[in-house]
Amino acid sequence: MQISMTVNGEDITREAEPRVLLVHFIRDVLRLTGTHWGCDTSNCGTCVVLMDGQPVKSCTVLAAMADGHAITTVEGLATGGKLDPVQQGFMEEHGLQCGFCTPGMMLTARALLDNNPHPDDDQIREAISGQICRCTGYATIVRSVKWASNHPAFVVSETPDFDAAALPAVDHSTEEEVSA
Amino acid sequence: MTIIDEHAPNPAAGDADRPIGYGRIQRKEDPRFVRGKGNYVDDIVLPGMLHGAILRSPVAHARLVSIDTSAALAHPGVVAVITGQDLLGLKLAWAPTLSADVQAVLVTDKVRFQGQEVAFVIAEDRYAARDALELIEVDYDVLTPVVDARTALAPGAPVVRDELEGRTDNHIFDWEAGNAAETDAIFASADVVVSQEIVYPRSHPAPMETCGAVADFEPIEGALTLYETSQAPHAHRTLFAIVSGIPEHKIRIVSPDIGGGFGNKVGIYPGYILAVVGSIVTGRPVKWVEDRSENLMSTSFARDYIMQGEIAATKDGKILALRTNVLADHGAFNATAQPTKYPAGFFHIFTGSYDLQAAHCKVTGVYTNKAPGGVAYACSFRVTEAVYLVERLVDMLAQKLEMDSAELRLKNFIKPEQFPYTNKTGWEYDSGNYERAMRLSMEMAGYDDLRREQAEKRAKGELMGIGISFFTETVGAGPRKHMDIVGLGMADGAELRIHPTGKAVVRISVQSQGQGHETTFAQIVAEEIGIPPEDIDVVHGDTDQTPFGLGTYGSRSTPVSGAAVALVARKVREKAKFIAAAMLETRPEDLEWEKGRWFVTGDPSVGKTMAEIAMGAHGTVTLPEGIDGNLDAEVTYDPPNLTFPFGAYICVVDVDPGTGHVKVRRFIAVDDCGTRINPMIIEGQVHGGLTDGVGMALMQLIEFDDEGNCLGGSFMDYLIPTAMEVPDWETGFTVTPSPHHPIGAKGIGESATVGSPPAIVNAVVDALRPFGVTHMDMPCTPARVWAAMQGRPTPPI
Repeated sequence: MQISMTVNGEDITREAEPRVLLVHFIRDVLRLTGTHWGCDTSNCGTCVVLMDGQPVKSCTVLAAMADGHAITTVEGLATGGKLDPVQQGFMEEHGLQCGFCTPGMMLTARALLDNNPHPDDDQIREAISGQICRCTGYATIVRSVKWASNHPAFVVSETPDFDAAALPAVDHSTEEEVSA
Repeated sequence: MTIIDEHAPNPAAGDADRPIGYGRIQRKEDPRFVRGKGNYVDDIVLPGMLHGAILRSPVAHARLVSIDTSAALAHPGVVAVITGQDLLGLKLAWAPTLSADVQAVLVTDKVRFQGQEVAFVIAEDRYAARDALELIEVDYDVLTPVVDARTALAPGAPVVRDELEGRTDNHIFDWEAGNAAETDAIFASADVVVSQEIVYPRSHPAPMETCGAVADFEPIEGALTLYETSQAPHAHRTLFAIVSGIPEHKIRIVSPDIGGGFGNKVGIYPGYILAVVGSIVTGRPVKWVEDRSENLMSTSFARDYIMQGEIAATKDGKILALRTNVLADHGAFNATAQPTKYPAGFFHIFTGSYDLQAAHCKVTGVYTNKAPGGVAYACSFRVTEAVYLVERLVDMLAQKLEMDSAELRLKNFIKPEQFPYTNKTGWEYDSGNYERAMRLSMEMAGYDDLRREQAEKRAKGELMGIGISFFTETVGAGPRKHMDIVGLGMADGAELRIHPTGKAVVRISVQSQGQGHETTFAQIVAEEIGIPPEDIDVVHGDTDQTPFGLGTYGSRSTPVSGAAVALVARKVREKAKFIAAAMLETRPEDLEWEKGRWFVTGDPSVGKTMAEIAMGAHGTVTLPEGIDGNLDAEVTYDPPNLTFPFGAYICVVDVDPGTGHVKVRRFIAVDDCGTRINPMIIEGQVHGGLTDGVGMALMQLIEFDDEGNCLGGSFMDYLIPTAMEVPDWETGFTVTPSPHHPIGAKGIGESATVGSPPAIVNAVVDALRPFGVTHMDMPCTPARVWAAMQGRPTPPI
């Protein structure tokens, strides 16, 4: 069947079987591989995309059901070459390790911040509670979303010049320290 | 409350904002991941690529009577269907495991676990391949399975591996460490002995990305390129050469971005081999990616140790000895991944962090009708089971002696002046200061206040528990004279090249699954030669691009490969000195190093930066005798010993007296991994491991029914912690460098997974003390906690 939708602001029309899942349509037909697949049971949320601004698990939506709707994937988060504050926040606060759950987490965070620009920790945890991360233990994801909340108009800045020779050498081989 | 600020300036870096070597910097790999531009195995599409899917057995133990693939072959889009009989013809039906056993690639004679591979369909797209699986007709003659390891050695038990010549039972090995006679003598005369059967149940690493491969065999050259989810690409290349007969120089393994591993991606699974066979048979690239149930039911599980543990002590709390008998369930094939000499991994570090007079352990491995594996899930080769055993027993001893469990630990720790310390099973602990870490953790927790709060709550009938665990790991395997995997010594290589303009590339043999190698290893080079990390590319995961080495597992990347990288950088730095001397027309011995630059002693304004030296090395400078051009080096690092990270963890739980639900309110983790390279990455590794601990202690379980049906085969049944089940972690650290490691680093990847489960279970048991509970087996689900409160037997889940 013919399926039409808006993906990351672009109108597309493609042929696909009626049974094709949205996650496979995005990955295999549109070749946008930032959206991942992670389970068979709608538990892990690594496939989350935004449909008309709301997070959906694209493994639980048929591509045909998205016909006529607007889909945002991770590839659509950055605009005009500038990262979304959520993307920058995940880098600033180490909200990712292997990166596999990250696209889904970031899209849920974007939807949360669109509805609630200043969520508290509990609200962030609840928002991402339908998604699993095996690497981070979630605390840094919460911090990442908070970072984005605190930097809504973040723009990537140029990095300053770096003078290596100005820095002292340190011998770590005999270091002993205790944090307190 | 003291909370350690991981964002604090790094004193080692000299510049809080832009550290050149060690310190908190953002990860170099993140820009591609946050843009959705990672490149995982399932993202790879090659021209003409086909898709494979595996038919799996619905039963645990059965004779294979017949397979009819005709309807599947006739299905539109299907290109080929491969069965065990086809593989017999190719001598590929059985493949060697990592433990000197063999494993069926596809069933030829008998199914040995539910989910075992029976046939492989190759089709034009993934939907057609899955459709065709439904059309294969298989006739099974169902047999009684061996499910409970306790019955595996009973007379008359069904024999799982009856295809092995002379095999009449399910016994795999007996293995011992320590001194039985000395230990028994101490137990016979000890004031106090505590005994307990402690089960570390079967679990699964369940990385977010399941296992998969894309095989591309090129028939004219006879060359294989295999993209796969591998934590150890070089070891896989060697094994594929041995299994397939394709010469090793014609095999290229590429492990691209890996979506989490945790030990799940160490082994070679039938799916990888089938993708290769499929590509050879069809002449086209073949992709195979397993689904979540396949991942949970067939690839490497973890743990499954039934441990009879005993601890002996004086009545005033001096711990004297430990002993244990372990029944190890290895599943249907002995496919554990650990150094050859150690069939129970490093379990014999079960003496923990305590100064004992004697210890003895015996481990018996058995076959059952369950999926093979056993060493996975960030376990540091079974240190997980060892730490859980000793830390549960120490807590039980404290309870019996009516001593505070922190006090009991402090009384028995190995003391700083005793290092290097040789324990009673032969490990030489490199360095440690256990009391310092324990006291910091108690200070951060506000331990005395917590105990006061607990007493007040108990008086009101509220259930609050405080659990401690103190762990010592043994990681960074390992010295090659003692340690190999299938004959490959556990060393790692590194190559460093400085380009003419002073930019660098370092090639390493370990493979990141999210640990941030592209950042950490660049920082090690930066620290040694003063080129900023952003100017250093780290190449890994491609056997054509990197030196040989054994890969990433057992927390060995920093202890082994990190040492290789530091040493190769020092080699380059030393070569740079000779070239700088030539450029400055002085003698090398008249030069001094500061980070990034050699200069003339007594005249710091005269010197050459690494970039200037690099250009000189590639240019026309007349080089001294014995120094060739270019600025590069390579090393292979064979570790002299393992490293011994440690930590002190305190967990606070609240148990709902009405439902038995356990809430982890606080978790304080003090880790000592020696020299810290990137505190942000270290903290992340710890957080992830703590979350694993919550999962293991409270939620995760791969259980089986009497027929051998897996009851944890999906994320509906195998429960993984979400953001709702875990607290905001409180982390702290001490630094006790390893004396034998070039940069003093010890490894951190698995510390928290190893150390946290006993803290949580100890907290739950502590909360249930008013009910007379002394032990609970994991996971402490509401049903089990409730049963324990009622004095009823433990329900299965």
